[in-house]
Formats: sequence, C-alpha cells, structure tokens
Amino acid sequence: MAMTLPKESFAGRVYSLTIGQPPKKVIFGGENVLPFHSFEGSSPRKPVIAFEIQDVVPDDWPEEIQKPYSEVMGDPALWARFCCETLGAEALALRLAGTHPDRGDRSPADAAETVRSVLSAADVPWIILGSNHAEKDAAVLVAAAEAARGRNCLIGKAQESNYKTIAAAALAHDHKLVAMSELDINLSKQLNILITQMGFDKEKIVIDPMCSALGYGLEYTYSVMERIRLAALAQNDPTMQQPMLGDVGMYVWKVKETQAQEEDVPQWGGLKERAVAWEAVTALALLVAGAELLIMRHPDAVRAVRNAIEELTS
Amino acid sequence: MLIIGEKLSIIAKRVREAMTSKDKAPIQEIAVSQWKAGAGMIDANIGPAEDNGEEMMRWMVTTIQEAVPLPVCLDTTNYRAVEAGLSVHRNEWGRPLINSTSNDPDRFPMLELAARYNAQIIALTVGKGGLPADAEERAAIAAEIMARAMEYGVPLEDLYLDPLVLQIATSQDHALKVVKAIKMFQELNDPPMKTVVGLSNISNGCPRHVRPLLNNHYLALLMYEGLTAAIADPHEVSNTVKTIDVIMGNTLYAHSYLEM
Repeated sequence: MAMTLPKESFAGRVYSLTIGQPPKKVIFGGENVLPFHSFEGSSPRKPVIAFEIQDVVPDDWPEEIQKPYSEVMGDPALWARFCCETLGAEALALRLAGTHPDRGDRSPADAAETVRSVLSAADVPWIILGSNHAEKDAAVLVAAAEAARGRNCLIGKAQESNYKTIAAAALAHDHKLVAMSELDINLSKQLNILITQMGFDKEKIVIDPMCSALGYGLEYTYSVMERIRLAALAQNDPTMQQPMLGDVGMYVWKVKETQAQEEDVPQWGGLKERAVAWEAVTALALLVAGAELLIMRHPDAVRAVRNAIEELTS
Repeated sequence: MLIIGEKLSIIAKRVREAMTSKDKAPIQEIAVSQWKAGAGMIDANIGPAEDNGEEMMRWMVTTIQEAVPLPVCLDTTNYRAVEAGLSVHRNEWGRPLINSTSNDPDRFPMLELAARYNAQIIALTVGKGGLPADAEERAAIAAEIMARAMEYGVPLEDLYLDPLVLQIATSQDHALKVVKAIKMFQELNDPPMKTVVGLSNISNGCPRHVRPLLNNHYLALLMYEGLTAAIADPHEVSNTVKTIDVIMGNTLYAHSYLEM
C-alpha cells in the first residue's frame, strides 16, 4: 500500500506584507503553514533578508564585520549603494545608531537628513530603525517617518513605552511598523492589541519578539517565535498573524565568538569562518522558527542563508 | 465557543410587538447589539407560530440578515415556518441551525428539512415520554437520535445535542447531570459530537440579581466539559466565554484579552 504523508492544515494564515515601491517592493508572509512546510498548504513568499547599514561609522562593530564595508562605511549613501550594487541587497535596513544619547546623540533633524540621503541613493525597500533608546526613538522616528514619506518603509521599533508616538508617525506617513516586545508572547500580543486599538491596521505590523544570538538565549527567541506562529495558524488568532522579524546582525556581532582571535582560542578555529557561521546559523534557526524578515550584516552569512532558503524552497 | 444570541424571542414584549407590527428597527437593533457583543449566530424564536408562521420566520430571517452578517438559528416547533426560514436564509456567513428536533416522532420531519436544506440542527435529548432522569438517559436518547439522523441523511457533525438545562430553582439535582451529559455526548462519536444548551433556563424563575451569576458560573462548568455552543445573552456571558477560553488554552492570553 502506498504511504500517504500525514499533512497538517491550519485555519489561520499569516498576513502578507509589502514594503517599498514598485518595481523594487518586497512581499513576505502570506503562508498558512509552518516554515518551509509548503507541501501542507500555501507558502507563496520566500523570507526576505535586509542588509544593515548605519548612520554613523560603526566603530563598535568588531573588526571582522567592519572589513567588508571599510571603504564605504563612512558615508551611509555610499554604503547603501554598495550593498545594492555589489552585494545584490533586495532590501536595506538603516539603523540610526548615532542618535543614541551615548553614541553621539544626533538630533532628529540630522537623522531625517540621513534618511533622505540614503533613500535617494537606493530605491530598494527600506527598514528604518532607531537606536533602541525608547525615549529618543520616539522623537527620531517621527522625523524619520516624515522624511521617508511615500516610500512605504518599515519603521521601528515601537515598544510598550513609546508605541503611541511611533505608531502615530507610521500611520500619518503611511509606513509599516515593527512592534517589539521582550521575549514574551503574551506581551507581544498585548502590544499588537494596543497598537491596533489606536486605529493602526493589524496587517501593517511586523512582530519583533526580540532576537538573541546562538549560545546567548537563541532558544528563547526560537520558542517565542514558534509559539507565536502556532497561535497564528492553529488558534487562528488575528492579533498574532503578523510576519516576524529577526534582527540578527546586531545580536550576533557582539558575542565573543565573532571577535576572539584564533591565536587566543585556537580550538575555536579561524575567526572569519566562525563569525560568519555564527550569524548564518542564528539566522537560519530563526527562519525555521517562523521569521519571514531578517536584518543581517556579513555578505558571506547572507549568501549562506540565501542558499539554505533556496534549498528548502526548491 | 459559539454564542447564539437569545434576545430575539417572542417572549420579550418589545420583540413581540415589533414582530406583530412588522417593525424592523427594534429587531435589527437587537441583532446588531448581540453581534457586536460577541454572538456568532442569532436565535429567532417565534414561538409555536401556528398562524402565519411561515411569513413570520421569512420576515425575521430577512430582517436579521439585512443587519448582521451572521447565520440564524430558526427557533420554532412549526415545521413550515422552519422551511420558510431556510428558503430565504443567506448562507455566506454560515449555515442555518434548526431549533429543534428530538426523539419525539412528531419532530422527525425537522431532520428531513435539515437534510434537504443542508442545515445544522439541534436535537433535544427528550422523547415523547417526559424528561430524562439523568445523564445516562440523556446519552441513550442522544444515541437514538444520532441513528435517526443518519437514517435521514443528516451528517453527525451537523447535529448539536442539547441535554435540556432545567431550572435550578425546581430541579437542582439536574444541574450536574446536564454537565455530565455534555461530557458523555462527546464520547458518542469520533470526532466528538457537538453540544449546545439553552443556558439561561438554569436561572429561570430566580430573582433578577442572581440570574447572571448562575448563568455565568454554570457556563464555565459546561465549557470545561467541552460545550460547543450556548444560546445565551452575549452581553451577559461574553467575558466568561473569553476568560474560560483563556484558562482552557484555546486563546492566547494578553492583558487586553477581554477587549478582543
């Protein structure tokens, strides 16, 4: 007798979300199956990877991740073009790290200027992020959202303490919104409810359940993502059906495995290979947990994850 | 859990007057109010409706569905009125539910209607010979009705078994027997049989201020045993439904879960 594969089907479906402007828009989400289970239902889109750039020279990045960008990272517009033209980026993420009070405290007006300059340098879809300083982000992202008007960007991150201002700015200037909570599925749902109650369309939100690097709590992010996705599909919970973001590079490129020299820890092997693998493995784990959008840094790690996506979807 | 809004009943004076004078406004206002409060279906109880039952049910179904995108529960003993309601029911928001058949042969034609119109149907687990004594007798009657339904071509997943909630004030010992029956009904088939109760009957005849207490707490017990649907007032019970769904793990908790 022929063997029939058991198939699981779900009542719920993840919202499909578009950022950017034609012809270079990207669409992600839209599936009614668990990640890469396209044989059980429909999974119309592949995950999207955005390269991360910053508004100021990222002098806190370890040496290995500065290398690929050493020629361009002094100029965000140049850096953006490099990612698109040389690395083939399908989307970009601008992190306004220089607006953090401890990292230069650039003003919202300065941030808006950077936004205008990078957006005119590259016509790909953009993610625009603050510096994760809740109070400062509220001011910075209002200015950034206005400067990016008309480009259908993904703005963030809105958190419990600042979501009202940031969601209002995204609403006013017609952007999508990242809603971030700290590794807690119930708080994630709660934040989505609060944002939706402001009149913000629930289908324009991307969930960031807070990322973590391999070896540094990745299993917590993995578990929360997995449970969010099951709530979306199995419980058909409309407050949990948003696509999810893995903000990978920021968490990976501060752990010691991406920095320690081979001379100091010979048993860990070569630094570059190890660091790239650390980012790629973290990213792939989050895709398997349910992320549809990744923000990454190293070109080789991005290539490795793209190859894995191709293998899993072909 | 499905709440079937109970407020459009001929027993209520305002509804009865609107039905008599064919005044759509109060009917639609009540339907919308129940829908917004969480009803997934609206019960249209026109009573025995021996005169002009067909016209009345047609008017009720049309009037309700002009105002809310929900299916209607056709609540009358008048076979022709049920058929008239089924013939105008719009199915795009869900299939209609006939209320009801039972193990009384006089009520079997309702099964025939359910089969013919691809409708769902409530089966009261009573026969011609009076009320069932306990949960076991309710389950035995349920099994007979299930066999009858299959005979008429009604799929078992379209059958909602109703153990008949009795008044706590007069039949206190039946309260837990009904809870037990809800559990037993589900074991009669795989996948489990669907179940429904007319919830507020538990507090019928009780003082006004204790009725919501009795209704809500009783519903919690029934939901714990797996109740599929309740004919009830959504304004009164929706917080209980949401809360028990959270406690049972059917919905994900969030601080604002009551507002969803």
